[in-house]
Amino acid sequence: MSDGDDLDRRGFLQCMAWTGTGLLWSVAGGVLSSRIIGASAAEAQTAPSGFSFAQISDTHVGFRGEANRDAMGTFAAAVARLKALDPRPAFLIHTGDITHAQKAGAFDTVSEALKDVGVERVFYVPGENDVFADGGTEYLNRFAVGGPGRGWQSFDYRGVHFVGLVNVLDFKAGQLGSLGHDQLEWLERDVAPLASSTPIVVFAHVPLWAVYPQWGWVTEDGARALGYLRRFGSVTVLNGHIHQIMQKVEGNVTFHTARSTAFPQPAPGVGPGPGPLRVPVEELRGLLGIREVTYAPGAEKLAVVDRSLDP
Amino acid sequence: MRPRDGWRRRMVRVGWAAAALLIAVPASGPAQTETGPRIEIKAHDFGTPEVTVRAGTRVTWINHDDDAHTVTSSTDVFRSPGLDTDDTYSYTFTQPGTYEYFCTLHPLMRGKVIVRSGA
Repeated sequence: MSDGDDLDRRGFLQCMAWTGTGLLWSVAGGVLSSRIIGASAAEAQTAPSGFSFAQISDTHVGFRGEANRDAMGTFAAAVARLKALDPRPAFLIHTGDITHAQKAGAFDTVSEALKDVGVERVFYVPGENDVFADGGTEYLNRFAVGGPGRGWQSFDYRGVHFVGLVNVLDFKAGQLGSLGHDQLEWLERDVAPLASSTPIVVFAHVPLWAVYPQWGWVTEDGARALGYLRRFGSVTVLNGHIHQIMQKVEGNVTFHTARSTAFPQPAPGVGPGPGPLRVPVEELRGLLGIREVTYAPGAEKLAVVDRSLDP
Repeated sequence: MRPRDGWRRRMVRVGWAAAALLIAVPASGPAQTETGPRIEIKAHDFGTPEVTVRAGTRVTWINHDDDAHTVTSSTDVFRSPGLDTDDTYSYTFTQPGTYEYFCTLHPLMRGKVIVRSGA
């Protein structure tokens, strides 16, 4: 086979990966196994053996506060961490607060820097910092053109169904972040045709579970979204917003919040309020980081590994 | 080149005239603006969540947090841009009434300005 043929074949396989090679997988109880329906033993041996992707969150490009005088430096360190991941992630997910208060040029800075990671695609969902000034116009024109709604999206990758949700639009006085009726209806329709054994990964900025409602660390109608997902055997929820790692397991649903690359925040309810936490400079990078998520056929849950920016 | 330069000089003169007019307005305008309270935003809280002022009072907010905040009227009367650390925003309340506001980044942060008639 010539090199050219090889490239074409690889391109074809990559393409297949995006359009749902889930057909290749035998799926039971939300867990993919390596047994392949209708495939010969030889084909089974060349089948993909899982994949990994990476999550970056709360890059807050434009932040110049006391809590991190070099937020661009730590962002660059996070990009370097992503570049160094081995095995290479299939794609990246950014769970919002791309910018700090929609600073001019910050969307460009982040999307250009993340191209450097060298993955095929980056999927974004917005944080409140990305949409508050203009109701989301700039964000949606840049990241959500052609999507099914105002920034929400879904895609399949090697049999895993990914759903990106938006819970930071239309903040009202005294209320918490919410998904809204249109998005919830879309979600219900989106997952309806899927077999309950399909592994689901949901990503959104504000936690979908009640981490600490007094600080707004909850999605008002998150429970309704989770209701549509309860029948699935494996649901992994990836959030940002609170700039620290928290995990919770509720039935088949595992929730994870991620670190920021810009600044940490206090533990829920500790201190007078949320917001950038000032820590000794030598401790800062240990509290910032990125996340690697690995799907391995046969494993009950996706493996989530958080990597700090400590050298 | 020459006609364009002349045009530019004329525009500069117009600009200065407009600036002079703007400076003149507060001194000669019928309603005097009164400098009112300064609301200190700290720890995700509008320091004085309720203030009462007379019509014509200019209220100022200053953000002491590392986080950005906004001062946004719940009824679209006023809307600050994102305020970074030490940024200020001012609004002059000319009409009596109750003005509720919140931070569009952190909607649990709320405040109220009550404006009484100036007399």
